[in-house]
Amino acid sequence: MEPILAPESIDLIALAPVIVLSVFAMMVLVLDLWGGRNKTLLVFISLVGLLMTAISAFAKHPLPAYSFNDSYIVDHLSLFFICIFTLSSALTILLSVEYNEREDIRAGEYYALILFCTVGMILLASSTDMIMIFLGIEIVSICLYVLTGIRRNDHRSNEAALKYFLLGAFATGFLLYGMTLVYGSTGSTNLFKIAEFIQNPSAQSNPLLLMGLVLLIIGLGFKVASAPFHMWAPDVYQGAPTPVTAFMAVGPKAAAFAAFFRVFAEAFPEMSPSWETLLSIIAVLSMFVGNLGAIMQTNIKRMLAFSSISHAGYILIAIIAKSSLGSSALLFYMLSYTFMTFGAFGIVIILGRKGEENLEIENYSGLAYKHPIIALSMTIFLLSLGGLPPFAGFVAKFYIFSAAIQEGLLTLVIIAVLNSAISFYYYLKVVVFMYMKESEAEFKISLTPMTLFVILIGVIGTINLGIFPNTIIALASH
Amino acid sequence: MFLLAMGIACGMLLMTSLLGPKRKFADKMEPFECGESQLVSPHQRFSVKFYLVAVLFVLFDIEAIFFFPWAILFRRLGMFGFIEMLLFILILGIGLLYVWKRGGLDWE
Amino acid sequence: MELLIFYPLAGFCVVLALGVVLNNSPVGSAISLIGMMLGLAGIFVLQQAHFLAILQIIIYAGAIMVLFMFVIMLLNLKEGDDTGWIARERNLLLSVLTGLLAVGILYKISGILFTAEMDTPAILPDSFGTVATIGETLFTDFVLPFEVASILLLAAMVGAVVLAKTKLD
Repeated sequence: MEPILAPESIDLIALAPVIVLSVFAMMVLVLDLWGGRNKTLLVFISLVGLLMTAISAFAKHPLPAYSFNDSYIVDHLSLFFICIFTLSSALTILLSVEYNEREDIRAGEYYALILFCTVGMILLASSTDMIMIFLGIEIVSICLYVLTGIRRNDHRSNEAALKYFLLGAFATGFLLYGMTLVYGSTGSTNLFKIAEFIQNPSAQSNPLLLMGLVLLIIGLGFKVASAPFHMWAPDVYQGAPTPVTAFMAVGPKAAAFAAFFRVFAEAFPEMSPSWETLLSIIAVLSMFVGNLGAIMQTNIKRMLAFSSISHAGYILIAIIAKSSLGSSALLFYMLSYTFMTFGAFGIVIILGRKGEENLEIENYSGLAYKHPIIALSMTIFLLSLGGLPPFAGFVAKFYIFSAAIQEGLLTLVIIAVLNSAISFYYYLKVVVFMYMKESEAEFKISLTPMTLFVILIGVIGTINLGIFPNTIIALASH
Repeated sequence: MFLLAMGIACGMLLMTSLLGPKRKFADKMEPFECGESQLVSPHQRFSVKFYLVAVLFVLFDIEAIFFFPWAILFRRLGMFGFIEMLLFILILGIGLLYVWKRGGLDWE
Repeated sequence: MELLIFYPLAGFCVVLALGVVLNNSPVGSAISLIGMMLGLAGIFVLQQAHFLAILQIIIYAGAIMVLFMFVIMLLNLKEGDDTGWIARERNLLLSVLTGLLAVGILYKISGILFTAEMDTPAILPDSFGTVATIGETLFTDFVLPFEVASILLLAAMVGAVVLAKTKLD
């Protein structure tokens, strides 16, 4: 009789957020089958589930804790990311309730898919094994493809889903191939073991390993929508339902950055000269493509899509800086980005009505005279996205740039500052429309309470993080 | 024993072909293919309904493939392996429940 | 002895792979692809990779090809269309590029064959790649990915129903 096989280091407490959220997601899925057309219960359960997830994430002590054969880690980075994920998913759900009602999105799977997507995001931020990272990315991507195409009678939604799916599948192929090559040349999928293997300088020059790294960068670069792998972003952001667009711009993007950080800062720090250059090029390209592209847009969702490409460029600088300062800058940036983005998309939702979404920037003309508070909130979000003090966006950028300067990345910082200046052009364009143009048509905006609540959270977060950033910075830089 | 079985089988075949009534007409002389007519254009449009079935088939197929190593190692994995697989099936069972209730298996 | 099985199988695969590319009708191509996958599965068995062979047959030759066939049927290419896509692919630039690629690969392979400078293959235990060995790793070291895979499949099922169900409400 051969010995009984038993796995090592199973730690259900460390895994608690994943378990809790999966259970809630399945509960939502099953309840929807008997729930009829009333989705209030589903929304409530989803929000409770997200809250429980965030709480259960703190159950594990002491940190960092490794489990499942070193493939799952609980540390400050993952905890902070889990908080961002649950926050962004909760905001998405709040935004969706009235939007779905208005746009006739009846599918109750919507909420379950957002929760499943969040499970994938948590896994991405907590995995230190390439197989887990791959599974996480796939869960996130599949949920996003479906959420993008959930308005099945809308041509744009269908087109966006198809484009996203085809290109996304292609990018996944690159990612998987890269992982295979890295595995083939290092003999492990575990990030720590890879790092150990790479200590040996002769291992570093293996062309297969370098090829694998390049393919990994392409695959992950696609998922964070960085140039030159950004082609899908404008169309998908435009075609997806607006709450899903906001979600995509924050949660899954943050998750992909978490994976980016884990792979490159934890497995390949020894090889940083070879990937730093490549990432710098991608960062610079993203900033320029994003900002110059945004200038030419007339549709606000497309403009925000390009803006999010340029933000991917700024965030990549934090990853290139890769020090502990870099990681805390990354965390702080993602949190402030969450508030500003959800606020801005909340206003985009408010300005639309059933059948007419009013997505052109021209539709914002004269908003300040009719609805001064909404125009003011939009101004705050846009200026914060551009990086003007005293808003969160400024502190976040400042923090990334100082981390980069400490690592001697002066050129990158200069380019980034230059780009921030360019970005004001298109952010201010919307502000000019709101304050200085006459309104062409009467505003028939939908002032729905939950969306307004999200905007309020966005305003408070953006200003609070901008004026009193110290508490969060202290949390982020543990 | 074997010869007996052979004998019965062959005998039945022989008897029916000798004794059975035979009516020949055009339709009956065509090769039988599940009741489908033989000569149709191969270019027929398939309903998109097939597609959902095919996708679900792929998914459950992938699920099934995980059973092979588990079945081989069943004894050695002991209680833990059993619970592990139970959980796996449970999660996919919820998927099946969902697909079923949602009408993914109906043929409208 | 191994080579005696390998060469016919490999030849079978190459012929069918050509069949995939050169066939006039998409259905023919798909059938050739199934055959080629079966041949590949045979080669995997020869390499002791039993689990991979099972995967190849059940998932690829079985499920994925069914999906392929349905897509082809769904598109419903007519007589004219069938030949149309072949003609479009007879693009000079593409042919030259593919030709160059093929020559390059052949050159590299011939270099390895004639100088016999192959990497010495790592010595693997006999059980490497068998179903039992894979199971041992899958159910102990990789418990978490295994369970997470079920969540991935569940999400994919939900997605399939949401997007492909003809009447949803």
